[in-house]
Amino acid sequence: MTDKELLFNSGILVEHREGAELPPMDLWKGKKNGLVVIECPQRIPCNPCNTSCPTGAVIPFKDINDVPKIDYSKCTGCAMCVAKCPGLACFVVDLTWGDEGMALMKLPYEMLPRPEKGDRVQCLDRVGQVVFESTVEAVTEPWKDSTLVVHVGVPVDLVDKVRAVRVVK
Amino acid sequence: MMSTDVLVVGGGAAGLSAAAEAASCGARVTVLESDLQLGGQLIKQTHKFFGSKDEYAGTRGYKIADILLDEIRSAGDRVEVHTNVTVTGYYPEDGTITAMRGEEEYFRVSAKKVIVATGAQERLIPFPNNDLPGVYGAGAVQTLMNVYGVVPGKRVLMVGAGNIGLIVSYQLMQAGVQVAAVVEAMPKVGGYWVHAAKIRRLGVPIYLRYSIKEALGSQVVEGAIIQEVDDRCSGIGNEKEIDCDIICMAVGLSPTVELCWQAGCQMKYVPHLCGYVPLRDRTMRTSHKDIWVAGDASGIEEASAAMVEGRIAGLSAAMSLGFKGDPGKLDEYWSRLGHLRAGEVGEKIRAGISQVMVDGWEE
Repeated sequence: MTDKELLFNSGILVEHREGAELPPMDLWKGKKNGLVVIECPQRIPCNPCNTSCPTGAVIPFKDINDVPKIDYSKCTGCAMCVAKCPGLACFVVDLTWGDEGMALMKLPYEMLPRPEKGDRVQCLDRVGQVVFESTVEAVTEPWKDSTLVVHVGVPVDLVDKVRAVRVVK
Repeated sequence: MMSTDVLVVGGGAAGLSAAAEAASCGARVTVLESDLQLGGQLIKQTHKFFGSKDEYAGTRGYKIADILLDEIRSAGDRVEVHTNVTVTGYYPEDGTITAMRGEEEYFRVSAKKVIVATGAQERLIPFPNNDLPGVYGAGAVQTLMNVYGVVPGKRVLMVGAGNIGLIVSYQLMQAGVQVAAVVEAMPKVGGYWVHAAKIRRLGVPIYLRYSIKEALGSQVVEGAIIQEVDDRCSGIGNEKEIDCDIICMAVGLSPTVELCWQAGCQMKYVPHLCGYVPLRDRTMRTSHKDIWVAGDASGIEEASAAMVEGRIAGLSAAMSLGFKGDPGKLDEYWSRLGHLRAGEVGEKIRAGISQVMVDGWEE
């Protein structure tokens, strides 16, 4: 077993693959409010990303074990799936946001303290390393079930790296 | 003597589902639960469940317990519930069940049909100093944190990266406890990949092909030594010292099946199902004509499957007494189980179930 396989087997996405793909760039870069990025490469019996999607962008599953497939033309970046996914595997990335070179990420958050707009956050990559420091732009609670969606600005070249935030209080 | 149509032993995910289903057919149901409250493991689960809407996917476990309890309440006086009551024996001569309320009061129960939904027990693995205070089972850690609001310590080494180890690690972090590391003897996490990713991105290392070698400390846990292991789980060096005051064991569960043994149910040792389990037919009936089984007692699996098995057992037990139930529901429940067990992670379960299913029982 290679180191790369072992790393993947411990929960790190080492390369994009089925169920964990990035949106097509031509559509993504002009899509206001962003597009969903799902990282769910293992077949497991789970489909709330589909059932929570108000626009049908997460395509209905033939088998509940299928990995999610996305019709990006229907995705509005609403982040309902971000807050519903039991695996916290859905994120939204808006490349049209803010100044040149910056993007808005909408990330799921279930830790304390509860972040508020203006709070400083550390942006963490897939192994928990701090790759950027940013500010909370907005916090929503789409399903009123304690899973928050935290909006933070990150440099465009980090949107495939940042996967969590830690609030600095 | 207490008497009932359907006795459900265990008020967890499987037992509550079984009770709700049997009562919905019109049966009088009694649930005996050894804990002080109903809900079993569900009440400790603060994370959102997987599965489909039918299994309450996307809903937190303790909320699912509330949903099941509402369903039980809506059955009115058809369901009688006793907590703090442990079933202590089954007497095959006349089918009498003995039970104990608290530590004092013994009583007998006469039931026409019995559904064994007794769940599972945690396993531990041997290592030097595993008797030090600070070595916990994952279930105990969850009970302390999520039922009683007590954090077990400051910094935890989690042993085992199945769903329980991964989820409890996440819950510990939510409670403000540091997770120093997760060790897993296999070359991949046994739980869902997304649960591993969730704690990895918060900086928790998961050491694959590692196991605990020993706990450090004289009065309490003051650390642990972990080491790399080979395919047969033998240590091959590469030791690391982990700074921790808690060692949390999430190394698997064994079905709780003593009642089935006492009743003389045909049992089989099936590693895929994590121990001895009763053979059963499509209605979850065991070789004993009055005894059904559901949930972890029939083989270790996810709570979502336990709830469906409970429905099957409850429906069948009630119908066997002549209560009206929709036999078509059996197919629906089996199709749900089929979906839940269809994936790559269900492979082990499928292999196990195929060894314990019988076409029917000779009467």
